[in-house]
Amino acid sequence: MDLAYGPEHLAFEAEVASFLERHRDRWPPAIGASREQVLAWQRLLIDNGYAARTIAKAYGGHGAKPDILASRIIAEQFARAGAPGALANQGISMLVPTLLEMGTEEQKRRWVAPTLAGEVVWCQGYSEPGAGSDLASLRTHAFEDGDDFVINGQKIWTSTAAQADMIFCLVRTEADAAKHAGISYLIFSMKTPGIEVRPLKTMTGRAEFNEVFFTDVRVPRTQVVGARGEGWRVANATLKHERGMLGDPGAAEARLAAIIQLMRQETVDGERLIDNLILRDRLMRLQARVMAMKYHGLRLVSAQLSGESPGLAALVVKLQGCEINHQLAALAIDALGELGVLYGGGARLRDHGAWQQRYMFDLGLIIGGGTAQIQKNIIAERGLGLPREPKTVEG
Amino acid sequence: MDFALTQDQRLMQESVNGALGRLCPLPRVREFAGGGEAVARDVWSGLTKLGVPGLLIGEDHGGVGLALLDAALVAEALGAHVAPTPFLGSAVIAPLAIMSAGSAAQKSAWLPKLAAGEALAGVAIGEAVSGARGGAGVKARDGRLSGSTLFAIDAAEADILIVADNVGGLHLVEAAAPGLVAIDLPTIDLTRRLSELTFDDTPAEPLVSGDAAATLGALRDAAWTMLAADMLGASGAMLDKAVAYAKERRQFGRLIGSFQAVKHLCAEMAAELEPCRALVWYAAHAASALPAEASLAAAHAKAHLSEVSRFVARTATEVHGGIGFTDLLGLHYWFKRVGVGRQLLGGPERVRHLAAEMQGLAAA
Repeated sequence: MDLAYGPEHLAFEAEVASFLERHRDRWPPAIGASREQVLAWQRLLIDNGYAARTIAKAYGGHGAKPDILASRIIAEQFARAGAPGALANQGISMLVPTLLEMGTEEQKRRWVAPTLAGEVVWCQGYSEPGAGSDLASLRTHAFEDGDDFVINGQKIWTSTAAQADMIFCLVRTEADAAKHAGISYLIFSMKTPGIEVRPLKTMTGRAEFNEVFFTDVRVPRTQVVGARGEGWRVANATLKHERGMLGDPGAAEARLAAIIQLMRQETVDGERLIDNLILRDRLMRLQARVMAMKYHGLRLVSAQLSGESPGLAALVVKLQGCEINHQLAALAIDALGELGVLYGGGARLRDHGAWQQRYMFDLGLIIGGGTAQIQKNIIAERGLGLPREPKTVEG
Repeated sequence: MDFALTQDQRLMQESVNGALGRLCPLPRVREFAGGGEAVARDVWSGLTKLGVPGLLIGEDHGGVGLALLDAALVAEALGAHVAPTPFLGSAVIAPLAIMSAGSAAQKSAWLPKLAAGEALAGVAIGEAVSGARGGAGVKARDGRLSGSTLFAIDAAEADILIVADNVGGLHLVEAAAPGLVAIDLPTIDLTRRLSELTFDDTPAEPLVSGDAAATLGALRDAAWTMLAADMLGASGAMLDKAVAYAKERRQFGRLIGSFQAVKHLCAEMAAELEPCRALVWYAAHAASALPAEASLAAAHAKAHLSEVSRFVARTATEVHGGIGFTDLLGLHYWFKRVGVGRQLLGGPERVRHLAAEMQGLAAA
């Protein structure tokens, strides 16, 4: 066990820190950055290997060899400097890896580079009103007409649909096939006639998601990723990338630090919140959980480095990470008491209402990307080898 | 960067687990719990062949010279087997105390004997670490101790005792010293021996080399980390047993593990427990490699494992249904091991208060 970096990685660490310092004037501002500023920064990061690092140059990446520690150092140094990171959207984190794994050469050449550059924005068309946890029961369907598929149906929980140029979408193309075998993974433009996007306002008061309606949407049959009817397998490759995304110990650590700060500043009857024994005990309890997840992350990275399958250890990250984040937000709200329920604006609002917003939005994250109950099934069945639920009659 | 066990550490885990499987299967644990022995000499002698008593003691004194992380792996194995051994006192706390605060004479008198498993050591630092209950407290004056201390660990049949006085000074007391009386404190956990010690003008050698507060802090951190590792092992074993049972027990014509109500209990246990392994490793690793972080990591390891292990202990028992509640199955030995590990040297609320103090978040 040795938590220090070797000389090569120490040099890399210094290089990243120096890059960020030298280019401070190019950082897009945290609020109100223009599209040009964001895309220029992304370009600079790709050129220097701090974004799209391991993706081949031919597809618009930096073309470096995979190095988990280098990726970790980049994340650490950006966080330490408070620098704006590389673009992170569903196109980059989910579609790109899927195309690289399953796409045709032409699909890779056409879509990966502009996606990485931030020029093409994607949304994900998976969930439907009747297909949530049981995603494979989806009903949006396509029939063949000449060289096209003609799509009809509805998707839901589609974030960024209003801004997206393109969609990667699961559609039932084989009407007579079994549930999992009849689905295809299609990519098409959101400008295609027959697509309607309606914002979906959530409990936070914002519309973080949309509903997307398809009426006779014509998509060339060549725009399938993988083979026809193989969409379930392609989608599972993508979901794997999403679940890794939803448990970030760095975010929890930052939240914990913000709560400590808050509890030292705010007072009730002149007594600092941090001096309240019960609140402080809750804080310490969560600190232990945040630390455990942080070191757990180190363990997972090390397992990856030595080529071991992390198995059960990796499966618990989404469930635990989302739960801890949610509990952190709950603590901040409880510590603030009446001030903790202010929302929307006003001079008394603390941290721009972020704690309530997180408390509500995180509940969405606990449900989304595989609900907590689905995560528990996965942990139990894949991690512990417990038997699957017997199949009921197909409903 | 590498946050993983080495090949040597994995081999050691395997050999200790293998030895414990032979040395103390459940019937042997049951026999010990039945009373009549203060120390399971056969178990300790078997572990001595693997070098366990001298794990932390330097080679110059006949030990193996390994680090606290290696000791944590042994503690985890001991917890997993609910093994009755004087490991915490004899192989961890007494060696650390003598190595860091003992004189050259004390080191050469005791370290080789401890390393060889020929001498046993108990430890009584509870009041100094987590506060005095029931009016306990030990006063030191002119090389003599008076008063009492509760929940001394591994003191039964020990040859020497490491005792903290009421101002945090450490002393080495020979068990045969005049005025020393040890009384058993039977707890729910019959795999461990805890004692009340009373001193009446009992001669004691001070352990005074180095910074006394730092030594006591290091002993506390090491003990917390070992208790955390023991709970990790014990609750890990309970989870394994619950999962195995859920795969063989049938009700309503199905394996009970196929019911979500049961499989989600198992998943919750695994999700809570799995990240604990890294926390325990980190606390143990920090003791030797990251001294600035060691105390906080040890405190959180102790407090968090206390919480998670309690949850696992009750939930794993529940997964077993009625049989889990019986003496016959013996699951209760693990349940009780965790129950005592939680309270020893400070329950989680107390330890979290100390964790806040360490960070300047609570007045000391």
